[in-house]
Amino acid sequence: MAEKLRRLWQFVRRLSGDDAYERYLKHCASHHGDNALPLSKKAYFKQRMESKWSGINRCC
Amino acid sequence: MGQLRFTPFLIPMNKPLTPLLWLLVAVTGAAAVGGIALNRGESINALWFIIAALCCYALAYRFYAAWIASTVLMVDETRATPAERLENGHDFIPTDRWVVFGHHFAAIAGPGPLVGPTLAAQFGFLPGTLWILVGAVLGGCVQDMVTLFFSTRRNGKSLGQMARDELGIIGGVAALIGTFTIMVILIAVLGLVVVNAMKHSPWATFTVSATLPIAMLVGVYMRHLRPGQVLEASTVGVLLLLVAVAGGGWVDGNPSLRTWFDMDGLSLAWCIMAYGLAAAVMPVWLLLAPRDYLSTFMKLGTISLLAIAIVFLHPDIKMPALTPFIDGSGPIFGGKLFPFVFITIACGAISGFHSLVASGTTPKLLANERDIRMIGYGAMLLESFVAIMAMIAATVLDPGVFFAINSPAGMVGAEAAQAVAKITAWGFPVSVGQMQLLAQQMGEATLFARTGGAPSLAVGMASIFGSVFGESLLALWYHFAIMFEAIFILTTLDAGTRVGRFMLQDMLGNIWPKMADTSWTPSVLITSTVVVACWGYFLYIGVIDPNGGVNILWPLFGIANQMLAAIALCVATGILVKSGRLRYAWITAAPLSWLIIVTGTAAYEKLTSPDLRVGFFAAAHDLSDKLAAGLLPAAKTAIAPQLIFNLYLDAYLTLFFVTVLLLVVLDMLKVSVNSLLGRPVQPLSEVAHTPNRMTEQQLAQWGRD
Repeated sequence: MAEKLRRLWQFVRRLSGDDAYERYLKHCASHHGDNALPLSKKAYFKQRMESKWSGINRCC
Repeated sequence: MGQLRFTPFLIPMNKPLTPLLWLLVAVTGAAAVGGIALNRGESINALWFIIAALCCYALAYRFYAAWIASTVLMVDETRATPAERLENGHDFIPTDRWVVFGHHFAAIAGPGPLVGPTLAAQFGFLPGTLWILVGAVLGGCVQDMVTLFFSTRRNGKSLGQMARDELGIIGGVAALIGTFTIMVILIAVLGLVVVNAMKHSPWATFTVSATLPIAMLVGVYMRHLRPGQVLEASTVGVLLLLVAVAGGGWVDGNPSLRTWFDMDGLSLAWCIMAYGLAAAVMPVWLLLAPRDYLSTFMKLGTISLLAIAIVFLHPDIKMPALTPFIDGSGPIFGGKLFPFVFITIACGAISGFHSLVASGTTPKLLANERDIRMIGYGAMLLESFVAIMAMIAATVLDPGVFFAINSPAGMVGAEAAQAVAKITAWGFPVSVGQMQLLAQQMGEATLFARTGGAPSLAVGMASIFGSVFGESLLALWYHFAIMFEAIFILTTLDAGTRVGRFMLQDMLGNIWPKMADTSWTPSVLITSTVVVACWGYFLYIGVIDPNGGVNILWPLFGIANQMLAAIALCVATGILVKSGRLRYAWITAAPLSWLIIVTGTAAYEKLTSPDLRVGFFAAAHDLSDKLAAGLLPAAKTAIAPQLIFNLYLDAYLTLFFVTVLLLVVLDMLKVSVNSLLGRPVQPLSEVAHTPNRMTEQQLAQWGRD
């Protein structure tokens, strides 16, 4: 039961983008090694928001 | 070409029970659809609609969509998707399919599937319901799925880019212009829906206005106080929205405060235009992005709640299967059943706008091609289900009440007694007392002439929720439903204005490169003003038009949206033919042909019909003659020249849409014929096959969390 709730919570966080930064850090670690400096949390969300709202992402 | 695979995500047919189960689904579905279609006289339960829809969707998803995915598109799960090949941690991110499904659904489903079916309910429950089911299964879902597939095979290219690459310059330009005009008309008509819901309603106006500071607060929270804490910030925002709904009731009860929020349609229209301009210029993080989070949460929450309430309560449908208005004399919009029911319900059956999302963000998130059926076809099925629920919410109302709320004053008269007499004479009995009681229960002064679908849907939702959670809360539920619709109408409105601004900047950049700089303030101000002026004009005319601008604007929106769908289907058909799949090209060519017939007929009637409520030219000539002869009342004489100009403009706009559509179809036919004859055509722009590196365990991991 606790395991199921934990998975549900993870899913909600993933769906809402709540864990986006954690995943970004993981991506940086696995793809670019230690030498590339990842963005700060604030800068990351800023960039994410700008790229999201530069195209069509809402319909009628 | 990838090899043909019978992909493992299909339910295996080797279990002996499975065919029997599907047979049972088919029989139940057929019985439910038959029950709905053949029912006359006796009232029918809403549960039959739900059963019919779910069985249709299950069969279509299991058999038709699976067949398209495996045989026509040849979805290849060994092929790396753009998200995997181009992964960058920002926009190309392989993502769990349920998360992609959630994002894709939230992006495609806006207010459209709620408004269209409500308006189309004037023909009775049957035509709209059948079109929503058939249109989605054979048209809309197929369009979304194939566009998503072709865009995924082209690194997530946009529809416009694909049209240019695969068909040629005409297709590309048509897609661009189509997108821009559809945006303008869509925003105007949605703005009109909000105005009609808020005029002389201090409660609704307060609640909707309060959503702006709440969104800004959430924006500041997410940007500066606790960056990226999306769930925290959204929870705070949703709670504040609920407080704003209740607060509206308090404002409404306060004699001095309520006058501040008691506005007529025209003032509200100006406010919305000012707001649209501000929202397009303001930084996204402050208003647009946070409100989008709130609207997505509200949307998913309210739609689930509505589904649960309908199943739990299973109300009886009170609207007849067909009304006399199928002859074209309907009060909400003029025009016969064919073709206008197919124009009125675009979103929920087939919506061209979706092809822009299916060729935008979504293909950049797909972890594996095998998710395309679930996301492309499945998300559209869910939107179609939302449309069915909107149809139920509109038709559980007494038909008399439904028509009293939705008929514009120009049609039934401005006085309550006059309006109820006329509606009762149509065969839908309703009384002044009944309407007064209803308005009082909903916390409104009047519910007459609130054309546009939002208020009648809100009354329907309030009565469904009210009977589950208690009648005493009716007014709260009504305003909750209004707030819920307004919040994502406003999201569409300012996201659309912003996209329109980018497109305009891009176009002007071809003439003067400096204009294409999206952060150069003069360019931002000029282009935003132009876009707002474009939709503001139609909104203004819609508000001053005594026949309710919905009568003119909604069909125009429908025609524009179906035209965009036809462009997407042309691109898909062209690609199918060019890649040697002529014998399967009917999957997109059939819905395309239907759309050409429907939009063609609708446009022809809009241009040539002698019926004043259908034909633009007929109405313009009639109004000019009456104006010249001095037959119009003083109030109408003042606005007549503007109305006449608008009718001509709408007529030429319709002509323009049809011309663009025909050009793209001819372009597609030319490319197809050349390809079949072996003449040179633009080569397929599909990216070469790269095997994917994700292991089954990795994919299983995706599916799990």
